[in-house]
Amino acid sequence: MKKGWILAILSIAVLNVTAQSDKYTKAMEARLTAMDTVKSAAGWRSLADAFQRIGDAEKTQWLPYYYAALCLLTPAWTDPAIDKDTNATRVKELCAKAEAIEDNAELCTIRNMAATQQMLVDPQSRWSTYGAESEAAMKKGLQLDPNNPRLYYLQGAGIFGTPEQFGGGKAKAKPVLEKALSLFNAEDPKPLYPRWGKQLTEEMLAQCK
Amino acid sequence: MKRLFMLVVLFLGISDVVNAQAIVSGRVRDKKGKPVAGASITLKDTYDGATADSTGSYHFSTDEKGKFVLVTTASGYKPVESNIEIADTPVVMDIDMKEEISELKAVLITAGSFEAGDKKRVTVLSSIDVATTAGANADVTGALKTLPGAQQVGESEGLFVRGGTAAETKTFIDGTLVNNFFYSSVPNIAQRGRFSPFLFKGTVFSTGGYSALYGQALSSALILESIDLPEQSSSDFGISVLSVSAGHQHLAKNKKSSWGLSYSYANLWLAFKAIRQRPEYTRIPDFHTADANFRIKTSSTGIIKYYGYFSANKVGIRNPSLDTLGYKDAFSISNFNMYHNLSYRELLGNGWKLNTGLSFTANRDHIDGNLLDEQNKEQTIQGLEYKNFNVLLPGSYFNARVVVDKRLKGISVVRFGTEYNHSHDKADYTLYTGDQFSNSIVENMSAFFAETDVYLTNDLAMKAGGRFEHSSLLKKSNIAPRISLAYKTGKKSQASVAYGIFYQNPENKYLPAPAVLTFSKATHYIAQYQKVTDKVTLRMEVFYKKYEDLIKTNVSTINNQQVAINNNGFGDAKGLELFWRDKKTFKDLDYWISYSYLDTKRDFTNFPFAIQPSFAAKHTASLVMKKFVTAWKTGFNMSYTYASGRPYYNIIFDGTDYKFSDRGETKDYHNVSFSVNYLPGLFKKDSKRFTVLVLSVNNIFGIDQVYGYNYSYNGYRKSAIVPPSRTFVFLGLFMSIGIDRTEDAINNNL
Repeated sequence: MKKGWILAILSIAVLNVTAQSDKYTKAMEARLTAMDTVKSAAGWRSLADAFQRIGDAEKTQWLPYYYAALCLLTPAWTDPAIDKDTNATRVKELCAKAEAIEDNAELCTIRNMAATQQMLVDPQSRWSTYGAESEAAMKKGLQLDPNNPRLYYLQGAGIFGTPEQFGGGKAKAKPVLEKALSLFNAEDPKPLYPRWGKQLTEEMLAQCK
Repeated sequence: MKRLFMLVVLFLGISDVVNAQAIVSGRVRDKKGKPVAGASITLKDTYDGATADSTGSYHFSTDEKGKFVLVTTASGYKPVESNIEIADTPVVMDIDMKEEISELKAVLITAGSFEAGDKKRVTVLSSIDVATTAGANADVTGALKTLPGAQQVGESEGLFVRGGTAAETKTFIDGTLVNNFFYSSVPNIAQRGRFSPFLFKGTVFSTGGYSALYGQALSSALILESIDLPEQSSSDFGISVLSVSAGHQHLAKNKKSSWGLSYSYANLWLAFKAIRQRPEYTRIPDFHTADANFRIKTSSTGIIKYYGYFSANKVGIRNPSLDTLGYKDAFSISNFNMYHNLSYRELLGNGWKLNTGLSFTANRDHIDGNLLDEQNKEQTIQGLEYKNFNVLLPGSYFNARVVVDKRLKGISVVRFGTEYNHSHDKADYTLYTGDQFSNSIVENMSAFFAETDVYLTNDLAMKAGGRFEHSSLLKKSNIAPRISLAYKTGKKSQASVAYGIFYQNPENKYLPAPAVLTFSKATHYIAQYQKVTDKVTLRMEVFYKKYEDLIKTNVSTINNQQVAINNNGFGDAKGLELFWRDKKTFKDLDYWISYSYLDTKRDFTNFPFAIQPSFAAKHTASLVMKKFVTAWKTGFNMSYTYASGRPYYNIIFDGTDYKFSDRGETKDYHNVSFSVNYLPGLFKKDSKRFTVLVLSVNNIFGIDQVYGYNYSYNGYRKSAIVPPSRTFVFLGLFMSIGIDRTEDAINNNL
């Protein structure tokens, strides 16, 4: 009988854990789906907040913070109304929280993008600080995971955007983007793990032809 | 089975009832009742929450029941925690947030100062701007002269700010005073600053109302901050029509320390061959300059920096004498200078910060003056004997400084410290008779200062401080209060005001004095409006400056020099200044415009009464343009400067009074300069070599420029003071190995 009780308690505990992680997965999935349809800056922000709430509640998952940061960065590429410094400050806070759980190459892509956005505000005077910062994040990322397709995509996009006279341009971006694409094709991310970038790479490659 | 099914349905139903969702809603507002859009509301330790909309409203539903903490966060505000209890009924919870005072949002105290640098939030010029301003010749002060407040004085070096003399501007490197910032004076030819603009990462050019941390400057403070560790090891070579140079910077593998050495030799022979010079050079100017540095990171926040500089240069000129026809006045100078600066800064923890510095300078000028006949033989003529002399001027200077910062609540700071300046200036004259006499002036100046930056809100800040000084030379002390306020008038705009009292010793060239002297005094009142957006910078400033206790002089019977006799001089200056910079409106074109209006009069030195001094023009304006054409890998820089005519006069002593023997106003000054930077190696990504070719032309249209007039001793004859050459052309090639600077070059020019 005693054994039975233990078994019962144990199974309840197990059930509980599954329920908990089920709740996490479901919440994450719902929000990841929402990322495909969100349009407005306010929408991105509330999605970022929603991811952050999961991260703060879970305490041991880095993915919610990662996606919260990604939601903050995504609209900032195109929306001039977003203050890049304030935005990047929050992104870097999220990175720090996530890195305390697990330091990895995906978070380096976030830091790379945040610094790039800050640099682009005034490249002339900000190059020496934020250009170096984004470069450092890229370097660290490639050390942590030399086969991360998103890092190669970001590198290729950077070359793509640099004028030809300065060694940038489509021709030079192409091999890097091709490498990114081959890595994307080989990639098999775990559930909930980052998988963005393949389509962007293909679109950019198409322009390289 | 059916029953079991029913039970399950029932159970599920009950669980549904139990888990009925509750709605939590409310509004988030700040202290003024304005909505805080984008505030994030979280039911602590759950996934539930919401983001406030543009009206500050939020609502969310939750399955949770019981007592919870609702956390509200928003950037720029302090987080708020509210206790709520969730039952079946909707909960309404309004949240009031308090603004957090942050460096990113707070107003900046900017009255009277221009900041140049790469890291600060509101900068007017970046370091590279200094190097690429046409006509500035990569001289820090040359670029600063295109900002409002500074005069276009071409006949002598230095920054003449808001009606002040060049001596009223003091320069500080890493906090300590620099005693011989410019090369030693040559009559009627402005000299360059000694230090390369690339040594500095930050520049503050204060045209008035500056902090209590700095003293002994009636008009202006130029505050330079040297660079920290280099990014990489590198070697540099340069060759130009004027000079050859080589240098090396070594960064240790652990990136914790670095050292560097450089040497350059400049000789103007070639340039003078190519471009006709107006004075006759008896000794073509040449300069040997060497410097050395080391920088050691003592911790993640602490650094020790040393910079040492050695220079030796010579120049000799002769010009037709105005006093005796057919004769010539000859002047030659040889200078040796060394400068050492050691500084240490560290964060001490708990909001304490330490900044200390020491500097030592030894400077030696040897000046020869002669009257020459047609055969260039030295002659002594009665009444003009004073023209034959020889003077040796050795000086040594030691400065030490400690500043401690303590951060208070929020971002407010209190700062205090002490400064000690020792100077020993000697002069050994040899007269035409062979008679020798010497004098020596020793000053030990000690100062204590304290100031505080108080941020009342993000929109309102105050800097208040005071400075106490004691001069052993004058045997007097002074206390100088300083205060400035800044108020944010809009998201990108702000207004500031500043008031301060400034004291300065009499210039050593008027000493030793036969009388008891005191400090000269200036009182500044400044009001400024500034708007800085991503695209444009606009600044407008009005000022009033009152001078008291300026030095009056008499002619010494011994060496015909001006000697201080009392502090009865006075004066004032008022004016208006505008600055506009626009980087974005025109593609790839960056330009700035400055304009200064100055109304000033003063009675000092031997002036018979208060007049507009010869170094002050009523209107000064500059237009600086930079365009980088990426397809040609070339940057084009242009500058135009204008100054309205300046007064000139000859003052003579008729035995009882000083009087004008002649007065007038020079014609307006115009100067158009042009420079091209070509970067051929741009961009071989793997290339470790970076080359820049520079061509610059000063006064490209050869416009006649007159700075003033020289008079004969008796005042009967005069001749115009003009630049040594009408136009000046510079061509140089600079190469850097080790660092790939291409990306700097691109981004500095995009």
